Amino acid sequence: MVTGNRKLEEEKVFKDPVHRYIHVRDELIWDLIGTKEFQRLRRIRQLGTTFLTFHGAEHTRFNHSLGVYEIMRRIIDVFEGRPHWSDDERLLCLSAALLHDIGHGPFSHSFEKVFDTDHEWWTRKIIVSDTEVNHVLRRMGEDFPQKVADVIEKTYPNKLVVSLISSQIDADRMDYLQRDAFYTGVSYGHFDMERILRVMRPTEEQAVIKYTGMHAVEDYIMSRYQMYWQVYFHPVTRSAEVILSKILQRVKMLRLEGYSFKQFPHHFEGFFEDNLPLSEYLKLDESVVMFYFHCWTEEEDPILRDLCTRFMNRRLFKYVEFDQDFVMNDWMKLQELFLEVGIHPDYYLVIDSSSDLPYDFYRPGEEEERIPIHLLMPDRKLRELSRESDIVEAISGKKRTDHKLYYPAEWLDTPGHEREKQQIKDILQAHPGKREPGL
Amino acid sequence: MVLPEHAKIIALLKDAGEIVGRKKLQKIVYIGKKMKLPLQEKYTFHVYGPYSEELTLRVEELCSLGFVTETKEKKAGYSQYRYKITKNGESFIEKFPLTWPREQASTIVHQLNGHSSKFLELVSTMLYFDELPKPEVKEKVFTLKKSQNYTEQDIQEAWEFIESLNHLS
Repeated sequence: MVTGNRKLEEEKVFKDPVHRYIHVRDELIWDLIGTKEFQRLRRIRQLGTTFLTFHGAEHTRFNHSLGVYEIMRRIIDVFEGRPHWSDDERLLCLSAALLHDIGHGPFSHSFEKVFDTDHEWWTRKIIVSDTEVNHVLRRMGEDFPQKVADVIEKTYPNKLVVSLISSQIDADRMDYLQRDAFYTGVSYGHFDMERILRVMRPTEEQAVIKYTGMHAVEDYIMSRYQMYWQVYFHPVTRSAEVILSKILQRVKMLRLEGYSFKQFPHHFEGFFEDNLPLSEYLKLDESVVMFYFHCWTEEEDPILRDLCTRFMNRRLFKYVEFDQDFVMNDWMKLQELFLEVGIHPDYYLVIDSSSDLPYDFYRPGEEEERIPIHLLMPDRKLRELSRESDIVEAISGKKRTDHKLYYPAEWLDTPGHEREKQQIKDILQAHPGKREPGL
Repeated sequence: MVLPEHAKIIALLKDAGEIVGRKKLQKIVYIGKKMKLPLQEKYTFHVYGPYSEELTLRVEELCSLGFVTETKEKKAGYSQYRYKITKNGESFIEKFPLTWPREQASTIVHQLNGHSSKFLELVSTMLYFDELPKPEVKEKVFTLKKSQNYTEQDIQEAWEFIESLNHLS
């Protein structure tokens, strides 16, 4: 076995719409990209169901992972020769950046909720088990895969290294904000990354930003704020996500009840038995899941058939705001009425909250668990960003939570149970769906 | 559906009476989850050990729904937050059909709430690495929690505490 890393005879480049080019000079990185586990990421969309709202959002975890690698490579170029940076960590950082999402499955957010699984657990498993990725990593030493997994899991002792891949201004976020903005076609999400990278400095605990780069970081925080409301938290995408989760919930329930599927969910078996081998997990991708959804539009079970038809044909649920008044006064009544008119509330009356999302805002600290962004001041002291920037301070304290109630509006206009349906509509109309400006 | 998970956090806060400190709340939920209380918040490792962004948001949501109050208190050099359920929170969980092991949860939560957040940080960190052999867990604590200056005795106390919790779960 060849040990260590060799430089490629010639640099390889990937054309990339966000970073123009992605440069690969290390054989280790080139070979990791060629593994079947990494290639699988081509078949998993970065933004899950967002393509049903923004039709351009078809980009994959593969594009994003390459982008994170490229940003990490550029950060390292800036850090080289500076205090607190050791070039011995270079390949570890690049490998961790490239592989940080390797454990993601198809529509992983919904899968994780319904089947109580965790893509970060699968990431570690892929890196430390007998896989092609692991074989390539082990060329750098027997303990190298474990180190890569530790960096991704944020348990690696060098906190600077961890912060580059996982902090409030890291390579991961800087790539996905720009990439998601590009592919969704929105004009938010853009910021001057070149400027941020130029003013990024290593310290013992984390990467910090020179004071002169504060305005570029303000732009980054603003774009994160805008993308949260305009793209990640879009109510239509959330509607699609709700239906997807309900499909999985229904399949799980039917399987437990011994329902006789026309198209048996073979690829999901390990999830049902809570015993999914890695080899089976790696076979799951979005094309496999969509195949089942397509088949299940012809199932006997009316709920599974309907939910899959909705997902395939984008017949999504409508929504209203769900607030305290709703919870205290109308929620139970609404569930009773749904049962009376024959609509199963477990599948067709669904609350979705902001805590269901894998995205967040900037958090400035104050007994928080997340390290805030620090500015390196002219006197060499560190200051938390929101204490220097009025713009960041203004949006750090803004409302970050939101609840919506999703339901099949068109079913309330069909014949039968007219009185009860009118009662349902009266309750729902008292809580109209408020959209954030611009949504 | 989301509401049951919110209701469990209200139930936990009710059992505790009140919880002082965000870090403490994070650790109580994490350790409770490890002790098999039916909590679903997803945790990853952060600066002070296991941390759940989902829990942070869920608590903010409970505050915005008026079921939980968050009081900010100034301490020397930092702010501390105090969490309590409101009357509306109480009547919500009375109405809500929740599967929650009240007796077991109450005992565990009381035990946890009686300790400092620094001790709970140690316990939760050790539980995070509970698949490793004990000497490696200790090494992880000394490496990752260097700034907390935990001693051998602290670690021994934490093992005994985990053992006692395991008997309750």
